[in-house]
Amino acid sequence: MINWANFVSQVFNGLALGALLALISSGLTIIYGTLGVLNLAHGAMFMLGGYAGYVAYSYTGSFLVAVLAGSLFVGLVGILMERIIIRHFYSRPHEDQLLVTFGLGIVFVELVRLAFGSQSQLVPAPSVFSGITSLGFMFYPTYRLAVVGIIAVALTALFLVLYRTRIGMIVRAGIEDSMMVDALGINVYRVFMIVFGIGAMAAGFAGIINAPVVSLTPGIGDDILVQTFVVVVIGGVGSFPGAILGGLIAGEIISITSMVNPGYAYVMLFAAMTLVLVLRPYGLLGTRGRE
Amino acid sequence: MHSNKRYLIELCTAAGLIVAPFVLPHLGFAPNTVNRILVWGLFGIGFDILFGFTGLLSFGQSAFYGTGGFVAAWLLTRAGYPDVFSALVIGMVAAAAVGYLVGLIALRRTGIYFAMITVAIAEVFFFVEFNPLSDFTGGENGLPGVPTPSFNLGFTTLHFTTGWSLYQFLAVCYFVGIVIALRIVRSPVGAVLSAIRDNPLRAQAVGHNIHGYKLTAFVIAAAYAGFAGGLLGVMQAFMPPDAFMFDTSGQLVMQTAIGGTGTLFGPLLGAAIWLFLQDFLQSAFHLGAAWKLVLGLVFVILVVFLRKGIIGGIKDLYDLATGAKKKRETTEAEALADFKEPAGSSDIIAPHKREGDRSSGPILQATGLTKRYGGLIANSDINFTVNHGELRGVIGPNGAGKSTFFKMLTCEIPPSSGTILFEGRDITGKSVTDACQLGLTKSYQVNQLFTNLTVRQNLTVAVLADLRGKFKLDMFRDPQSILGLKEQVEQTLHLVRLTNRVDTKVSDLAYGEKRRLEIGLALATRPSLLLLDEPLAGMSPQERVETVKLLKSISKGRTMIVIDHDMDALFELAERVTVLQEGRVLVEGTPEEIKGNAAVQEAYLGGMHEEVH
Repeated sequence: MINWANFVSQVFNGLALGALLALISSGLTIIYGTLGVLNLAHGAMFMLGGYAGYVAYSYTGSFLVAVLAGSLFVGLVGILMERIIIRHFYSRPHEDQLLVTFGLGIVFVELVRLAFGSQSQLVPAPSVFSGITSLGFMFYPTYRLAVVGIIAVALTALFLVLYRTRIGMIVRAGIEDSMMVDALGINVYRVFMIVFGIGAMAAGFAGIINAPVVSLTPGIGDDILVQTFVVVVIGGVGSFPGAILGGLIAGEIISITSMVNPGYAYVMLFAAMTLVLVLRPYGLLGTRGRE
Repeated sequence: MHSNKRYLIELCTAAGLIVAPFVLPHLGFAPNTVNRILVWGLFGIGFDILFGFTGLLSFGQSAFYGTGGFVAAWLLTRAGYPDVFSALVIGMVAAAAVGYLVGLIALRRTGIYFAMITVAIAEVFFFVEFNPLSDFTGGENGLPGVPTPSFNLGFTTLHFTTGWSLYQFLAVCYFVGIVIALRIVRSPVGAVLSAIRDNPLRAQAVGHNIHGYKLTAFVIAAAYAGFAGGLLGVMQAFMPPDAFMFDTSGQLVMQTAIGGTGTLFGPLLGAAIWLFLQDFLQSAFHLGAAWKLVLGLVFVILVVFLRKGIIGGIKDLYDLATGAKKKRETTEAEALADFKEPAGSSDIIAPHKREGDRSSGPILQATGLTKRYGGLIANSDINFTVNHGELRGVIGPNGAGKSTFFKMLTCEIPPSSGTILFEGRDITGKSVTDACQLGLTKSYQVNQLFTNLTVRQNLTVAVLADLRGKFKLDMFRDPQSILGLKEQVEQTLHLVRLTNRVDTKVSDLAYGEKRRLEIGLALATRPSLLLLDEPLAGMSPQERVETVKLLKSISKGRTMIVIDHDMDALFELAERVTVLQEGRVLVEGTPEEIKGNAAVQEAYLGGMHEEVH
């Protein structure tokens, strides 16, 4: 016997989680698409966004400032990371890039653990979005609804940057063929740095937006990173629309399976990934030739 | 590399393991730490075969470590299974079986996809262990009470308990593990694995079923992980659920990278450093949880500055000190001198006679061959027949579709329509590996070599595909025992004039030498039909003359098709020439006919005419 109110509320939870995963995965996928680097520290970027926002919130008490601080701080971390370390790895094998970003992820997580301890921290939802909202047939936490809206706005902004601006055009051209972009006289390294910053910022923004939903721990990014991988594999590496579609699919699978038995959420997610790999090895919206 | 030093590594390992209990305590290592190092080291041997030797970076080894560990621990604690050692073996087999299934999925993709998929799979195992299977695995409590091994020898019973007593058992396990791994990496399978790491595309093209070999490496790694996982339970008298955690995979990757990949001993060294630092930082500096931060930083610094890990760094220092690694560029004069010795009659490498091969009539028949890329038609309705023993030239202006045509003939890309018959067999839609195994291969326009291997290793990889077929699990065989391997490698070396560069790494060869090795790789598979895509490209005029002579000698008893832009060379070589233009066959005939053909002159002069504007 299915409890329909429960089911619908899980569908909404799935939408909120899916939107979150979509945003984080977009960041991961545009970095990979443009730079050819899979950033294993992307989960740590998500976590850093939450903590940076938490610090800003505890000083100012303003959620808006927290969001700004979280996003900008992580964007800056991304830019520095690209300038200081990642830049030297473009000509090295993929494996070295994976190793170094993996190591950096651990360093970030452990730094935060050292500074804030392992216990969880809470950022309350902004007062505008506190409480619950009646959807007519059920009640639902207002902030979670707001999360869907906020992330939809963020994704639209990212879309506009990618598809309607000069830099976005360069980024998309870079995803197709970064050597050619370089040959056309565009300083591709500057673009790489900006893309890394934007990609990291997307994760950082998601991190602080998610902080009122799930309390912060230093390891919060680890699970998210794994889910992001599944999203990207399902959607297709390097595809922005693929990240959004994959995110929503993954979010719903996790939420709806959790309603029946949380222990099987990952199993179902993995089954979906396997199915995609068997039927469409390059992802739902991915194209051949990106490895 | 063989001969008298054969068992040197094995002997050193044995000596090291025997001496360790007498030395390590003085360096501050507790017996339990040493035991943990051995378990990690054994776990890492398999991982190094997968990552260091085959180039597949998996972040999911915890899945197999946990599987092996929990199967063994469950048998020993819950199922009442009496014998520890055979329980460990059963755990290992279970892990290998799981590895086979997981490998089937994960190996559908390579590179970063592979890494991401292995992470996801490992996470699934973690959740499955915690929830659906918690009745078997004890959930978050794990399985306590795992017994230690004892062996009844009839006259006495050997008990291994804890500390240095258990060390003896673990040391023997590690020793056997390293001996087996050394056999594997020195076997023909090991040679193919290194080739896959270096250049999977060419490994496939010389006739190896690389998917099968990658899966083999994956299963080997899973088996090592499974056995080590079982040992973890035995060592702690408790099977902890965190064996399945992503951290376990991550720690293995980091330890291996710290110690050095591709050495088999890297993981052991990495584990020693890791566990020593962990104990040291915690006790001496009271760093508490911050030890992981320090180790993370150490790891990042090592990846940035010492890409081959500590063992790799020591090797480089050693080479620097002894001056062994001096690069020597060959001058062109030297390269030409290689051609001085006359080719003997023994130098001819006869094609490998395969069942069903004929010796006259058409060897290759392509009918209606068409290749479309979206709206672009690269090849259109090409009909092309080559007879046994023929030396055919293919010319055409840039963009005529010559390389696409060759790629279709060697089954690198499937045609949009049309059929290809080779030796009367329909090979349309077959893989490049199968085409090569049937006796049809090509040398590439852009060198596709195994650049980190030596010249001899390169040719050995190609010859192995010819002598062993596309897939064979002779994991414990000494390559020297393969009949004809050495001779065929020597013959090819001689034929392409690389006898003076046998043990040189390909990346240190001069360009002309690389071009010759490129031809040698194709030739070493003893093809009955050899395609050469611009073999003279980038060579000096003098080298061209010598290479044309070389091609002539290769063509004895073999059918060849050659693409080149050097028309004088091609007209001298080929008996018949096919001219392609805009993806179609323009004309076909003897060199004399082609030279006098008005349409050909138009195609080339017309092309030049346009370029002038």
